[in-house]
Amino acid sequence: MSYQLPKFRHPDLPVNALGYTRADYEGSISTLCAGCGHDSISGAIVRACHELALEPHKIAKLSGIGCSSKSPTYFLGKSHGFNSVHGRMPSVVSGANMANRDLLYLGVSGDGDTASIGMGQFAHAVRRNLNMVYIVMNNGCYGLTKGQDSATADAGSASKKGDPNPFSAIDLPGLALQLGATFVARSFSGDKGQLVPLIKAAISHRGFALIDVISPCVTFNNNPGSTKSYDFVREHAEATGTVDFVPMREEITTSYPAGRSQEVTLHDGSVLHLEKLAPDLDPFDRVSAMVALQRHSAEGQILTGLIYMDKDSRDLHDIMETSRRPLNSLVEEDLCPGDKVLANINASLR
Amino acid sequence: MQALQSVNEFVIKFANVNGTGSASANNLFAKAIFRMGLPVCPKNIFPSNIQGLPTWYEVRVSERGYLGRRGGVDIMLSVNPQSMPQDIREVEPGGYFIYDNTKPLDLRLMRNDVNIFGIPLTRICNEEYQDPRQRQLFRNVIYVGALAALLDIDFAVLTGLVEDQFKGKDKLILPNIHALELGYQYAQEHFECPIGIRVRASDKVGDNILLDGNTALGLGAIYGGATVAAWYPITPSTSVVDAFERYAKRLRIDPGTGRKNYAILQAEDELAAIGMVVGASWNGARAFTATSGPGLSLMSEFLGLAYFAEIPTVLFDVQRAGPSTGMPTRTQQSDVLSAAYASHGDTKQVLLFPSTPKECFDFGALSFDLAERLQTPIILMTDLDLGMNDNMSPPLTWDDARRYDRGKVLNAEQLEQMERYGRYLDVDGDGICYRTIPGTHPEKGAFFTRGTSRDEYAVYTEKGEEYEKNMHRLMAKWETIKAWVPRPLETQSEQETDTAILFYGTSEESSMEARDYLAEDGVPLNAMRVRAFPFNQEVADFIARHERVFVIEQNRDAQLRTLLMAEFELGPDKLKSVLCFDGTPISARNIRKQILQQMPGYNVTPLRRERMVAGAENRS
Repeated sequence: MSYQLPKFRHPDLPVNALGYTRADYEGSISTLCAGCGHDSISGAIVRACHELALEPHKIAKLSGIGCSSKSPTYFLGKSHGFNSVHGRMPSVVSGANMANRDLLYLGVSGDGDTASIGMGQFAHAVRRNLNMVYIVMNNGCYGLTKGQDSATADAGSASKKGDPNPFSAIDLPGLALQLGATFVARSFSGDKGQLVPLIKAAISHRGFALIDVISPCVTFNNNPGSTKSYDFVREHAEATGTVDFVPMREEITTSYPAGRSQEVTLHDGSVLHLEKLAPDLDPFDRVSAMVALQRHSAEGQILTGLIYMDKDSRDLHDIMETSRRPLNSLVEEDLCPGDKVLANINASLR
Repeated sequence: MQALQSVNEFVIKFANVNGTGSASANNLFAKAIFRMGLPVCPKNIFPSNIQGLPTWYEVRVSERGYLGRRGGVDIMLSVNPQSMPQDIREVEPGGYFIYDNTKPLDLRLMRNDVNIFGIPLTRICNEEYQDPRQRQLFRNVIYVGALAALLDIDFAVLTGLVEDQFKGKDKLILPNIHALELGYQYAQEHFECPIGIRVRASDKVGDNILLDGNTALGLGAIYGGATVAAWYPITPSTSVVDAFERYAKRLRIDPGTGRKNYAILQAEDELAAIGMVVGASWNGARAFTATSGPGLSLMSEFLGLAYFAEIPTVLFDVQRAGPSTGMPTRTQQSDVLSAAYASHGDTKQVLLFPSTPKECFDFGALSFDLAERLQTPIILMTDLDLGMNDNMSPPLTWDDARRYDRGKVLNAEQLEQMERYGRYLDVDGDGICYRTIPGTHPEKGAFFTRGTSRDEYAVYTEKGEEYEKNMHRLMAKWETIKAWVPRPLETQSEQETDTAILFYGTSEESSMEARDYLAEDGVPLNAMRVRAFPFNQEVADFIARHERVFVIEQNRDAQLRTLLMAEFELGPDKLKSVLCFDGTPISARNIRKQILQQMPGYNVTPLRRERMVAGAENRS
């Protein structure tokens, strides 16, 4: 097993607009199990950020605790990161985002970190429409403590230990829709073609963008009988449509078939091109999205792709009318009213 | 019968029902005395309830300047039949009981060693007002008017206050003055005014102000440059963020854009509130939260992370009696130990103990400098007594030349010149390392923040020796911190003595008053007020210089004493406890009694038994 990343890079590796190769967006070598879905998601994040030519130091990657939350070490090595407290990443991002609205906040969490211990913070970050990308690496089990069922494990699904889970599952996209999320998607770690454009779209979205990524745990939950195994997900995934993301500065060169396709311009001027496959879903209508999710779930299907997006989303800073300058850049002159004002306050207290 | 006689030195207590507007009438009374140049100390004793339960308001008037609780009640004004039996029992012999006698007092409650004045407040209101709410509100104003006659309060001061209070709502001014007059006239007509206890204008207030500690803290956060406040509502800390918001709306709106130069997040719980503060501080903003005991417990996991990851974090803890439901509206100093060692793992937290509103303001602003300079949580420990009561305080001041101390933060140019940046590398030998703010430099200074499991360069490692090295450095930093936190204040006795008192926070006023009484008793005492943890060397020296030190505090377990013993490795004999934990502020008389009981030659009853009783009781 390799324990070091090779330093060698092909001299002709493509560079992006900033002159960075994809390797410049990588992190240190993963210590997760070989074949872990999480590593594929890390790879998708690297690719999305490279292709969007994001400045790595303008990204903050934050996580809670668990296998998923270890993964920010394995991507974006030039970005600041924060491995915080179990289930509490949303609050740390909330504070960080209040301090500096100009960075991109990439939160990485797991199903235990989000749907159990962190359920409260997840829910409230959603309803505040905190401007962040929230990726759940969802494998239906607790990997780091050796395979206990998590709250997203489907009822009846059996992990390697063999006992079917007796409790009903928490469906994070469904929950997020109910809570007022403005961007909800689901994907599969094994489908980079779908995942990469979804990550790009989530980054461009202003507000809370949830991507629930089913990411099989090869060690504890990839067995027959599990609904979070590679085989099961491949057989039961049904995409809402194909998604193509075109950044603002690029020309749209691909031609799309007429009729079933739709273009959406995002806040930053980028264009999201959707080709619909699921005829019953209007991804710009919350009720339609909720119905489609429930129906597919009832039919034993896993609906993937962009499920819902609010094109007119207003993020927490918009709602709170905070300064457009990052609060962490304000200095004494902006912040301290001075002694004269204090003298007036004293006078009112006599 | 003997009637208490006093000019400008007395305790008056108001017994009322909460939710009836009594707070503003009582405040009017206290402020009038204050404006007559007399030091006052009003204390609210209120239920955890919005309407209908007994509430009290105790005002200490002292021309000599004693601002703590004295103990005992000279004048009781009771308009609440529910609490009347208790209220009349509390009056000192020779004292005064003024009550609403619309319904005559139960004869069984009568005391012949107390001067009783009946004023038919409810009847007067029923005759004067038709609206039930007015009957309720003005009843309180009427008794303030009656007190003006009974105590000889300058009526013009009262009308001036009413005019100030209702500026902008001018049509409320005349009805309030009319109500004051109703009470004033009734007292003049029916009693011999003034009574034995009275006020006379003085000049002992100087340029002092009347302010609650929580408002001062909110202002301290404004002046200290806080831009992010995250909190979860909890009595008695709620008014800290309320004050911050009130002043921010006035003082922190960007003049060009009208947008806010601050963000206030009402979190879903205290776990999230402190997480937000940690996130904002990690990202270079000055941020704070305010909470009380139950919130502190919930925040302790994050406090550990902030300690180990060395993230500036400011927390204002307004202490109250525990536990969760406990006695949320009663004061205590009972979070000392849980704050000092907050969190799992080996942690030590920096504590500040203000004792006046001015110190709340000063330490509040200082907290942000210290947090960034020392890169660790700063927990400011105040309490309900200081936080929610108006306290006479020196005026607030700010040096306009003062710059914020942002501590060791590297900018892009500094990073550019560095060979290799190490977040946890002790470059200066003081245990404090250099911090970077996300987004500063394209290539340098980024690292992955985690609690431990990393080396000096913030690279992941589980090596025991790296962990140990880091823990030793954190202890070196702890030593550095001692020079940065506020030093203790000492008062030397004029007489030679081997005995001392040591106290902190709101025990100051009562302790210093008790010290005067004890000097008269022949027990001279040196005094020290501790203002921070870690304790400075001066605290160790002070204890070493004395034979016995009474540690005065408002909790059951002598928490600061425990902390002193643990940190200085002292045996239990030298430090004696003086305690109060019934939820009311500690009184001077209580302190005097407990010290006398423990002084060799003064104690007449067995020490152990008496100490247990004395701790629970403070009204003698």
